[in-house]
Amino acid sequence: MSLARAIETGDLTALPSRRDEDWRWTDLRGLMRVLPPATPARLERIVVNPGETRAVDVRIGVADGYSQVTRVFVHVADGGCLALTEDYEGDGVSDTELTISVGVNSRLDRLVKTRSSDDAVCVSRAEVTLAAGAALRQTVLTAGAKRQRIETRVTHPGVGASVTLDGVYLLGDRRHADITTVVTHAGVDGSTSQLVKGVVRDQARGVFQGRIVVSPGADKTEARMGHHALVLSDRAEVDGKPELEIYADDVVCAHGNTVGALDEEALFYAMQRGIPDAEARAMLTEAFVGEVVDRIEAEAAREDARAWVAWQMGRGV
Amino acid sequence: MKPMLSIENLHVTVAGKPILDGLTLDIPKGEVHAVMGPNGAGKSTLSYALAGRPGYEVTAGSATLDGVDLLALEPNERAAKGVFLSFQYPTEIPGVPALTFVRTALNAQRKARAEGEISAPDFLRLVRAKSAALKMDFEMLKRPLNVGFSGGEKKRMEILQMAMLSPRLAILDETDSGLDIDALRIVSEGVNAMRGPERSMLVITHYQRLLDHIRPDRVHVLAMGRIVASGGPELAHALEAEGYDKYAREAA
Repeated sequence: MSLARAIETGDLTALPSRRDEDWRWTDLRGLMRVLPPATPARLERIVVNPGETRAVDVRIGVADGYSQVTRVFVHVADGGCLALTEDYEGDGVSDTELTISVGVNSRLDRLVKTRSSDDAVCVSRAEVTLAAGAALRQTVLTAGAKRQRIETRVTHPGVGASVTLDGVYLLGDRRHADITTVVTHAGVDGSTSQLVKGVVRDQARGVFQGRIVVSPGADKTEARMGHHALVLSDRAEVDGKPELEIYADDVVCAHGNTVGALDEEALFYAMQRGIPDAEARAMLTEAFVGEVVDRIEAEAAREDARAWVAWQMGRGV
Repeated sequence: MKPMLSIENLHVTVAGKPILDGLTLDIPKGEVHAVMGPNGAGKSTLSYALAGRPGYEVTAGSATLDGVDLLALEPNERAAKGVFLSFQYPTEIPGVPALTFVRTALNAQRKARAEGEISAPDFLRLVRAKSAALKMDFEMLKRPLNVGFSGGEKKRMEILQMAMLSPRLAILDETDSGLDIDALRIVSEGVNAMRGPERSMLVITHYQRLLDHIRPDRVHVLAMGRIVASGGPELAHALEAEGYDKYAREAA
């Protein structure tokens, strides 16, 4: 059951619906009465050889009135290093399936940016398998779509591998974004750190589903999850579902989840210094999500993310 | 000549509760006036009402700066007219470096006054000079505003902003609270350096010790929401010796 299957078979019943617990806030079945005609499926292969360092940009965009399935296979061989940037654009219906393997002591910096239109339906699902000592550094930046889901599932071996799964969602109008992540720690000595921050206004809806599973025997796992959202209008909505499932002893795990309004004290302070209301709100909002941007280790990606946030805040890049 | 700041019969309620009850106070151009009073007299309410904090509702009276009705203006418009409030508890602004915040504020005020933006080199030169005078570590200004700052660092940061924004009217709300003797001296020197014929100051304090460093031209006693006594600097010493009890009783 997936959007990809529905696109490829034309079978609407294959669409995930609100009856599927995992999709209950991102109902596709109830959204689409017809599927637009499919364009040929697209296949991308990205291979990084042992010890090699590469940067790859992938653009995924489907024109209005069409649907498309894209499959991306990524392999980073042992000791390799890949900076992968994915740009999701366009008006159509798209499902992108990524199958990613990251080898021993190799590294993947994954930056996901979306600039989908108000009419787009956009799903991206990544299955990531890490080897010992591998590092995954992921940041998702999304402004949503008519309906959108960015999903990442990570098989985490422990043994020195480390994962960062960050995200920012900035949503206005009636836009929807769903950031879903599942990390399964299978072995000892692994770490996962997650910080997702979002801002919703108008009638927008943000969804965060984060699950970290620490399997039996995955001792000395360090896992931290934070999801914090600003809700700037009465009709906007944030649904957060942080889950830690811990079946091992001797672990360090923490999570925090907050949903609130802009800090009125900070707003008054800024206005007292002469900054007009709208500018002060924009400054504080940008600062709120800036914490996520600051965590991006690669400088080029960090600047790219900063520009995306500035663009999204309506101040121009 | 009309005083620079003129407050007449000011009534202010907070959450429906009357706090200021007919406060009248004039500060002529170039003078420094102290307002002293017991806890709960309405000292902070006076500063917030002048700055325009939401929730501080003016139910009667007026407040003008250079003849301009302050009460009709938004907080940022008051700032552009020259009102600066040094907060008793300065707010932390996570994610906004202090330098960025101050430059944004300065340029917003200049824009409101139809002046051009300050150039980056001019800004840096100015902020380096002003922060050095306050014995502040310049590196600290690259950190998010007030986040993790000590009480003394926050107060210095307030005075630095005052120096950068160069207001017509500086309101110092309990600037001495949380300061040790050395920090009090440095902050007071910073304030004194800004005294001048074109700037008035309203120094709000519970204790006389700040006024040993910032010598006021006039001292007013605020009790039960009104100014109940005014005098020269000697009034502050009398208060230190006698306490506020008799004013609290008289006002009641």
